Amino acid sequence: MFKQWDGFETGVWAQEINVQNFIQTNYKEYKGDSSFLAGPSQKTKKLWDKSFKLIEEESKKGVLDAETKKPSSITSHAPGYIDKDLEEIVGFQTDKPLKRGIMPYGGLRIVKKSLENYGYELDKSVEQVFTDYRKTHNDGVFDAYTDEIKKARHSGIILGLPDAYGRGRIIGDYRRVALYGVDFLIADKKNQLAQLDFPSFTSEVIRDREETSEEIKALNQLKQMALSYGCDISQPAKNAKEAIQWTYFAFLAAIKEQDGAAMSLGRVSTFLDIYIEKDMKNGLLTEEQAQELMDHFIMKLRMVRFLRTPDYNQLFSGDPTWVTESIGGMGEDGRSLVTKNSFRMLHTLYNLGPAPEPNLTVLWSVNLPENFKKFCVNVTINTSSIQYENDDLMRGYWGDDYSIACCVSAMRTGKQMQFFGARVNFPKALLYTINGGKDEKTGKQIAPEFAPITSEYLDYDEVMRKFEQSLEWLSRVYMNSLNIIHYMHDKYNFEKIQMALHDRTILRTQACGIAGLSVVVDSLSAIKYAKVKVIRNEQGLAVDYEVEGEYPAFGNNDDRVDSIAYDMVKLFMEKLEKQQPYRNATTTLSILTITSNVVYGKKTGSTPDGRKAGEPFAPGANPMHGRDKKGAIASMASVAKLPYEYSKDGISYTFSIIPNALGKNSEDKTANLIGMLDGYFSDGGHHINVNVFDRETLIDAMDHPELYPQLTIRVSGYAVNFVKLSREHQMDVINRTFHEKF
Amino acid sequence: MVGRIHSIETGGTVDGPGIRYVIFFQGCPLRCLYCHNPDTREPSQGKEVSIEELLEDIRKYKSYFKFSGGGVTASGGEPLLQPKFLTQLLKALKNEDIHTALDTSGFANLDTVKEVFDYTDLVLLDIKSINPETFKKVTSVDIEPTLRLAKYLDEKNKKMWIRFVVVPGLTDDMADIEKLASYLAPFKNIERVEILPFHKMGEYKWEALGYDYVLKDTLPPDEKLINDIKDLFIKKGLKV
Repeated sequence: MFKQWDGFETGVWAQEINVQNFIQTNYKEYKGDSSFLAGPSQKTKKLWDKSFKLIEEESKKGVLDAETKKPSSITSHAPGYIDKDLEEIVGFQTDKPLKRGIMPYGGLRIVKKSLENYGYELDKSVEQVFTDYRKTHNDGVFDAYTDEIKKARHSGIILGLPDAYGRGRIIGDYRRVALYGVDFLIADKKNQLAQLDFPSFTSEVIRDREETSEEIKALNQLKQMALSYGCDISQPAKNAKEAIQWTYFAFLAAIKEQDGAAMSLGRVSTFLDIYIEKDMKNGLLTEEQAQELMDHFIMKLRMVRFLRTPDYNQLFSGDPTWVTESIGGMGEDGRSLVTKNSFRMLHTLYNLGPAPEPNLTVLWSVNLPENFKKFCVNVTINTSSIQYENDDLMRGYWGDDYSIACCVSAMRTGKQMQFFGARVNFPKALLYTINGGKDEKTGKQIAPEFAPITSEYLDYDEVMRKFEQSLEWLSRVYMNSLNIIHYMHDKYNFEKIQMALHDRTILRTQACGIAGLSVVVDSLSAIKYAKVKVIRNEQGLAVDYEVEGEYPAFGNNDDRVDSIAYDMVKLFMEKLEKQQPYRNATTTLSILTITSNVVYGKKTGSTPDGRKAGEPFAPGANPMHGRDKKGAIASMASVAKLPYEYSKDGISYTFSIIPNALGKNSEDKTANLIGMLDGYFSDGGHHINVNVFDRETLIDAMDHPELYPQLTIRVSGYAVNFVKLSREHQMDVINRTFHEKF
Repeated sequence: MVGRIHSIETGGTVDGPGIRYVIFFQGCPLRCLYCHNPDTREPSQGKEVSIEELLEDIRKYKSYFKFSGGGVTASGGEPLLQPKFLTQLLKALKNEDIHTALDTSGFANLDTVKEVFDYTDLVLLDIKSINPETFKKVTSVDIEPTLRLAKYLDEKNKKMWIRFVVVPGLTDDMADIEKLASYLAPFKNIERVEILPFHKMGEYKWEALGYDYVLKDTLPPDEKLINDIKDLFIKKGLKV
């Protein structure tokens, strides 16, 4: 027993690493209202003011500062501060706030290109090392890619593969560092290494041994990095400030070492509440101080930065990091996991103003305390900065201590990781079906040649039969490319500190994805219920479609078409499940586009639903813009029917409503939004982003960005600063269905 | 049995409590100057639906009704123009324990519509003005049926929300408004009075239909006027 644990209820957690058990035996559920919360302290105001100035300067320049010499590692940089006297929680990724590190292990070219785009030059010796002496993940992948994969990738039928950058979507259980101290974790890993000794050493065993050794080294570096900030984290944290700081150091080590597409935080609020409650009980901490610690912690999370190319930023709108924190949810014993610190975490959106990061995610259950529900929906009405996911649905699969990675992917914290697989362009797959494997834009043969559809009007049965064939091909090429990517990522860019904060035996998922689901579903509905005439060019390539008559569109709670959506998700999942994923992973599927629906739409020709070439897809699982005609609830209800069972990596839905459509007065608005969420989730909906504002506000913000520096909106699975979006994305957001009838 | 409806809105939040499935009935005998659904006037338009079709669709929203304390609102148009269909529909909804509300101008022959109220939980009654002349000017019909219905509902002790739309230059005469408040004060069945500021969100529909929108130059009332009017009702002991 550590003396730092005095005052905690003991349990299995004290014998072995088990943070879930520590939380369950020690947390105090809070059912009261938000009146206890404290505003920002003087120190907080001053520090945020300084931080915000830097952020503003950065947004003018694109990048405030960048490293060009030293590749980033846990210990590569000396400590960095904004103002040492003001900072309650310390630590930056490099030696200066917002200075971007370089991480060439994922791929050198992207580092070089990113630096050049912002007017920096990569140091020649680094370039030489990563060209002549050290192979990168990106090099490995391209050594193994087949021509078929390269063609599919280039044509845009497979999109956004993490083959040139860090794959991300792995969440270390950063809480372990606070609860146990690093020495305990090292001892545990050493024990694991000793266990990894078998009569015959297969390549799997050898890889596990090598990885475990790497993890031990990373833990030692973590200790060293914390020491440079004056903190000895070899032992458990003894109070709230240390618990927050230790947890943050662990996360900081991860973001110093990896620039994964999404670097999520996990589920720390209620864990930290236990320390805050203990300090308060001992008279060591006031509410103001507790909030100050949380505010300072959040400021650091708002300043996480990676070096990205402008293309990447265009694809994902702004500069997202997906520092996702999961809040609330229910415990398996029937108590909610809501604590006062769940409130404090959300309250940072008031104390520091709205912001896209960290990506605050409320795990919603119909059984959450009423006061907490009210507080959450009011945060939404006031800031549009948070997202909601269905805890009642996910808890059955992942228990009561899972976290959300990136936007919508649930994983048991410290016990599960995923191989991020981006997504396929589903509408393009449908077009290949019609064109016999040729790309509708270039006319090139991408999929193996098969008989195209030659009839003037599309026949539903023929299209479906051939669509299945094209999905079989696509799932094979897709899975093979993911296998190559993750094999090479493990080999050349292994996430050693994040995996050091996992159990030895973990569940791995191979997370595939679909973009443009509603385009395909509406196309099939049009073929089935209306008549779709094919327009072919001189070469016989189908390049446009005319829809004659009406068809039921997804988003109107109409089973004739919603059942097609269900079947499509199930069908693609079944095709994927026939493939063998890397490292015995379990295959999963997401319906998520992030904001790439705009760019993917650009790469895709006209579709049989009436969408014209180049027009955006709907984001995530959303119905197509303007086709949901029966009002807000019908639209939600259609999305809620999509089967989570066949898309366990998540189903993203973004919902925008004007304030007056929620009710007449503020009590009605709050109550109705709670009712919408309860209804949506109890009907099986998985995820929802809720934006509450007028279209006029957005148009005004386009014209006067300087007046809206913090205007935050939810897009597919995360939040962005509206004024940082490209004009094209801004228009896409404005053109989306706003529910404004009342 | 079939009726004629204009459209469905599944996310209604302002026509009764909670989240509401709003059925806009087709056909209205009134010609209100500020009507925001002029496309629901003509009784021969819209589309036919059967009660069974509607019920089947409505059932899909039960969880939203349950969690928000919502239900179904018959609006329009004027639902009382189709009393038999309306009665059967509301009766079927009550059979399934769904909350029912009726949004009406009250302009109907009371004797032929009485049965409707046996299956209505809440009546949203629009009173455009207490001044018969203004009422006629705004709606082009007489005020009597509306007031007769209000009395009847009070006798029956049927819950009622009164709605009053403030149109500057048309219905904002303070003396009239005070009279309306005094008239309503003795009613025992009024749960709340909703003071609704005139808005122009229906204007585009008038243009699309080729109707002449006479309130083109009228501006929405300012907040102070709305608050003054609210105070007036509150002073008479009514909940606003």
